[in-house]
Amino acid sequence: MNPFEHVQHSACRRTFLTGSAGLLGGAALSTLLQPKGVLADEVQRQAPRWQGVVDPYHVAPKAKRVIFLCMAGGPSHLETFDYKPKLAELGGQPMPESYTKGQPIAQLQDKKLTCMAPQYPFDRHGKSGQQISRVFTHLPEVADEICIIRSLKTEAINHDPAHTFINTGTTISGRPAIGSWLLYGLGSECEDLPGFIVMTSTGGGENQPIASRQWHSGFLPGEFQGVQFQSSGDPMLYVRNPLGVTVDDQRDVLDTLQKLNRHRDSAVRDPEIATRIAQYELAFKMQMSVPKLMDFSDETKETLELYGTKGGDGTFAGNCLLARRLAERGVRFIQLYHRGWDHHGGIKDGIVETAGFVDQGTAALIKDLKRRGMLDETLVIWGGEFGRTPMAQGDGRDHHIKGFSIFMAGGGIQGGLTYGATDELGYNAAENIVHVHDMHATMLHVLGIDHKQLTYRYRGRDFRLTDVHGHVVKDILA
Amino acid sequence: MSVVTANAEAQELTFNRDVRPILSQKCFVCHGPDAGTREGDLRLDEEEGIRAAFGPGELEKSEAWRRIKSADPEERMPPPDSELHLTPTEKGTLRRWIASGAKWEGHWAFIRPRRPPVPESRHAGGVSNPIDALVLSHLEAENVAPVERADRATLIRRLSLDVIGLPPRLEEVDAFVNDQAEDAYEKVVDRLLASKQFGERLAIYWFDLVRYADSVGYHKDRHRDCWSYRDWVITVLNENKPYDEFIREQLAGDLLTGGTKFDRYRRQIASAFNRMNQTTSEGGAQAKEYLAKYSADRVRNTAAIFLSATMGCAECHDHKYDPFTTDDFYRFASFFADIQERGVGNPAHTPMPTMAQIAQWEELDQELADKRASLEALAGQLDSNEKNRNADDVESELRDEIESLEEQIAKLDDQKSWQKTLISTTGRPRPIRVLPRGNWLDESRPAIDPAVPQFMGRLDIGEQRATRLDLANWIASTDNPLTARAFINRLWRIYFGEGISRTLDDLGAQGAWPSHPDLLDWLAVEFVESGWDIKHMIKLMITSDAYQRTSVCPEDLRRRDPENRLLARQTSFRLPAELVRDNALAISGLLSPKMFGRSVRPYQPANYWYRLYKEAHYAQDHGEDLYRRGVYTYWRRSFWHPSLRAFDAPAREECLAQRPRSNTPAQSLVLLNDPTYVEAARVLAMKMIQESDGDARQRIAWAYRRALARLPDVAEATALAELQQRQWKRYTHDEVAAEALLSVGEYPLPEDIPPAELASWTSVARVILNLHETITRP
Repeated sequence: MNPFEHVQHSACRRTFLTGSAGLLGGAALSTLLQPKGVLADEVQRQAPRWQGVVDPYHVAPKAKRVIFLCMAGGPSHLETFDYKPKLAELGGQPMPESYTKGQPIAQLQDKKLTCMAPQYPFDRHGKSGQQISRVFTHLPEVADEICIIRSLKTEAINHDPAHTFINTGTTISGRPAIGSWLLYGLGSECEDLPGFIVMTSTGGGENQPIASRQWHSGFLPGEFQGVQFQSSGDPMLYVRNPLGVTVDDQRDVLDTLQKLNRHRDSAVRDPEIATRIAQYELAFKMQMSVPKLMDFSDETKETLELYGTKGGDGTFAGNCLLARRLAERGVRFIQLYHRGWDHHGGIKDGIVETAGFVDQGTAALIKDLKRRGMLDETLVIWGGEFGRTPMAQGDGRDHHIKGFSIFMAGGGIQGGLTYGATDELGYNAAENIVHVHDMHATMLHVLGIDHKQLTYRYRGRDFRLTDVHGHVVKDILA
Repeated sequence: MSVVTANAEAQELTFNRDVRPILSQKCFVCHGPDAGTREGDLRLDEEEGIRAAFGPGELEKSEAWRRIKSADPEERMPPPDSELHLTPTEKGTLRRWIASGAKWEGHWAFIRPRRPPVPESRHAGGVSNPIDALVLSHLEAENVAPVERADRATLIRRLSLDVIGLPPRLEEVDAFVNDQAEDAYEKVVDRLLASKQFGERLAIYWFDLVRYADSVGYHKDRHRDCWSYRDWVITVLNENKPYDEFIREQLAGDLLTGGTKFDRYRRQIASAFNRMNQTTSEGGAQAKEYLAKYSADRVRNTAAIFLSATMGCAECHDHKYDPFTTDDFYRFASFFADIQERGVGNPAHTPMPTMAQIAQWEELDQELADKRASLEALAGQLDSNEKNRNADDVESELRDEIESLEEQIAKLDDQKSWQKTLISTTGRPRPIRVLPRGNWLDESRPAIDPAVPQFMGRLDIGEQRATRLDLANWIASTDNPLTARAFINRLWRIYFGEGISRTLDDLGAQGAWPSHPDLLDWLAVEFVESGWDIKHMIKLMITSDAYQRTSVCPEDLRRRDPENRLLARQTSFRLPAELVRDNALAISGLLSPKMFGRSVRPYQPANYWYRLYKEAHYAQDHGEDLYRRGVYTYWRRSFWHPSLRAFDAPAREECLAQRPRSNTPAQSLVLLNDPTYVEAARVLAMKMIQESDGDARQRIAWAYRRALARLPDVAEATALAELQQRQWKRYTHDEVAAEALLSVGEYPLPEDIPPAELASWTSVARVILNLHETITRP
């Protein structure tokens, strides 16, 4: 049974969505959210919670949530996780044409193509002996926790469509982001915060655009869209009371409002009103919980030192710490962007600088989750929208989509594993190729979802995050 | 509608309603239109295949039925590895259908609609509007009685919100409630349809379809100018331009000949339609790749906009459910190959007079012609008569006026003063080839000429290469089976809450069977035969009894027909994003009536655009432009206005026919805390104090009527009066807080109202602006 039919047949949900084509159509989700048979007055003070269409799980879940550390700009795999001695040998020599003929190329179109040697040596780390380059100093400490995948492939060679692809599984606008699919599939465990939260950090590359389409719910209902948090100023849009309005004033206004809405509901009996009342309560809860979330005084000095931040400072490390706090509160999908990986030039110094912004925070997050017993139930993904060319672009590298690296950790993934490989020059993913669709399928799998069964009917088609592709990379499952 | 019918077995089967959806969903993947994945050379989307598989009406002779029943996994259909399964109900339907002769029909939406007979209603008094005759015949068949008419105050609020997107003014409510004339309702309808705000309201929907926005979309999402197109849409909707012309001018306005130069300017502005696609200026982007993207974008969206067709599916393979082939897709793309554009870089703009300038120019031209004629007439008189001082004066006055007019016209005629805007510019067509699996690097296929989808016929234009104008004429032809249905179905949603077919974006095989197929066809034919008269169709809809019913739903009816498929009642729904704001501004009296011009930038949270990238700066407007209607709000696709977004306004990157209507905490936060609404509450509070006499109840009653077109009852008035008392006490003790609350927004403060007084009423007004009822069309 597809998940949608499940919604229709589920005994615990309203069953009147059975339109002829079996789709939500224009029916507001709120009508769905209302437990069957519960009269409006009974749900007034409690927010109805969307439980997701995946019930029961398609496969036994390992992880409950995802933290996606999105390295915007496209980190060079050749200077981070994919060591290529052959490329070092050929440094400065022409790139063999057999690799590049007829391939899509970005800024290097019509230029002479020359091999560029890896700019940093790699060392082996941990019991597993994972190879990680020297641009990272903290990350090697968690070498045994992470699974490095060296054989990623994607389909779009410019930033904007490539981000759209890794976030939605297609380059065409208007499709739901991963986090939106997860909220639709599983709901959120968190009552008083959005279930899908996105942050960007300070430090490098801040003029690289990231469109808010990257966390939009596309054709899924608006309830499932991501919410962007700011680490400085008001964390959430419109979360602060108007000037001159205290919590008590706001509550007073709200109580009067709710009384009038209830009064109206008793006259016209419209389920939308009951939902509206509940959403106002939820909004107020968010207003109350956000300041607590952002108050880092309950973190120990040792934790702050682990991350190298005071918290709430807008840095990537600060956002990593906040991500852990959000994970603790049950937020389903947390996405942290760090920009600045677009090293068309000056890669030697540039990549060390950019790695420096994310190194400690990333390692600290993994360690912190682990010692709190949360790593097993949290899938951490680190990676960019694409990699970079083995060919030089001056003293930098161009965009590259045929082979690049990411890593995953925690939630149902084997640590200390290197999976897949590119060819000897780091151009094409050659062994155990993992397409972005496969990454999506694997991510859904560890969360208990069969990627083929999480569908939504739109424009006459059952859409999936993985479109008509994707296979679970079973080899990396714990 | 079968959902509502308790006993499906009792109903006679209809192929299109009952059988085709099953075949489409469960069989077409391997036995459908896509030649690339077709198995066993069997097509179940065509009559021949149906006959071969399902036989002449005897179950035992049907090979397909044998395979459906088969226990052998090698034989069974659908095959086990397809992960498709027929439910027992579906099998039952197929069994009955085969047994009754396995009758086939073409897909309903691809067959030109014919006007169905309008049934005689058994209802007492009869019905004058065919919509009602058709709706009632379904209700009678289902044995459901319609509810009563809504009260007049509700009706005028519904009408105003639906037709012009604004609440009715107090005096309009009073006039209608007290109007004893038989045509009282029709007078309101006519007034609203003639209002200038009509176009602003309907245009919002059109802009979702055509993906109108003020920025290019990709990457840094730079500014672009095409607001002249926005103004054109609003203007021609107000003028009630026939829908076929509306289509032609957008798709091919630049290719149309004839008319005055003003007509030509306006048509060129209309042709900006073809430039609404997203573009990029990202470094390293390949022009060829992006030209391919723009081309596919136009096919996908043009088909969605005018035909409710999902042609986009045929970019990489033949469509899986409808007979659109990949060849059709690229031939359709070829119609647009003449449009001159760059693949990468800011899109080229062309200087054009604005719509306002054209109107002014046209008027001046007319005036000039009149004056010249007068002068000539005068000269004639002078020839025949004796000169006198008086005639001299008149002549010199005329000459001065003519000179002044000529100067004004010369200024308008100066291209340097024109606004640069997007328009379509035609040129030598680029070669368009089928791109195997959409791969733009593969140029192995031959260039192809434009053609309409093959299964829908051929253009009758002889040997020459077809143009965008030919495409426009084909779409706007009275023979096109989809155009009128698509538009009518969408119009219906504005006034009844949902489409007659619920899938506003897909009338193909996977689309939803209409709740009232006869009604949809009747309306489609009426639309075409009325000369594509949009206002005529709207008037028919909103003067029907079905439209005027109350949306308050008795519990038994809600249980019987929760989605209101039968239209026994009206449906209430939350206002669209732009109207939520317009409504609050109108209630408070802040709303600016100013129309047209550059898009405006109202309050927006600090640093919101900064999130896109660091140097993206939002220069907020001041004064009147803070209070313009939402249709004029600047639309940046990557970061569109967050309070509009919270209420489901789309990014405008792709055609959107059906905005969701979500109900979320983010909406509550906007209405409670966005300065737009806090300021509107403050100004509403000010008006409550200034415009009604001192009694608290009077003030509350006045505001309630303004917001909801009704008086508060005792419980409501008491709750608000008590809130005001509490807040007054609190702000009297804390004037700093009162002044802080009153400082929100740039609208000047009245000097004669004590801060605590105004602050406490602001709290009352906040409640009123947050009411579910306030943001709901009744």
